[in-house]
Amino acid sequence: MRIAIALVSGLLFGLGLAISGMASPDKVIGFLDLTGRWDPSLAFVMGGGLAVAAPFYWLAARRGTALCGDALGEPGQSAIDARLLGGSALFGIGWGIVGLCPGPALLNLAVQPLSAGIFCAAMLAGLLFSRRD
Amino acid sequence: MELAPFSLIEPLAGGALIGLAAGLLRLGTGHIAGISGILRLGVRGPDRGWQMAFLGGLLLAGLVAAAQAGPRLAAGLEKASIPALILGGLLVGIGTGLGNGCTSGHGICGLARLSKRSLAAVAVFMALAFLTVLVRRMGGWL
Repeated sequence: MRIAIALVSGLLFGLGLAISGMASPDKVIGFLDLTGRWDPSLAFVMGGGLAVAAPFYWLAARRGTALCGDALGEPGQSAIDARLLGGSALFGIGWGIVGLCPGPALLNLAVQPLSAGIFCAAMLAGLLFSRRD
Repeated sequence: MELAPFSLIEPLAGGALIGLAAGLLRLGTGHIAGISGILRLGVRGPDRGWQMAFLGGLLLAGLVAAAQAGPRLAAGLEKASIPALILGGLLVGIGTGLGNGCTSGHGICGLARLSKRSLAAVAVFMALAFLTVLVRRMGGWL
């Protein structure tokens, strides 16, 4: 059951990314380019995503457990520390350089395999190098 | 500020699907749909089953989308130089590893559960992404 839900979730997530425009670096850079001709489209992706996800999160928190019976996963940390802020800063710079964040990078493996493959290989190396767990 | 012609329906519909995917995973299994974490644990984790299933679904969506839309789905990616792809990928990987999340984990899931940590992370990565595009526009590097 858990595996089936995860598979469907990944599929919906990827289709959502594709429909939203997040997979296009042109679209992302247009959104991040405040001083050029600003394209506000992608602000609605986060807006739409939050509006739909929030009630599910609220319901899960109210139940206390997931429908499959498992406990709700909680991130271990709660402190806003240098590691969180520094890591997020590096991520922001990387996102601004190419216009790809992790989900769209993986999605684009099927679309432009060479460019997305180079980006994903570097991303995976960075991800595994920066963490021991 | 000058606005480019922008779309409303696709971003909203796509965002809603992303939110549905994240909500389904949370309510159904208790897990958080943060792509960077799922990728890391799917490659090197103690119990990799659900992460690999999620990643399989994501890659399958890529195949479907590529068949429907073709290369224009990733419009602009072809312009990125190899050094830019490597540097950008490394920074995204290291940054999301250290910061424990990306646009999905902090931006959608973290904000949906009203996490102050995620709000701080989103504010920082958005600010730096805006700044990076501004600097690139002025300097023309990479």
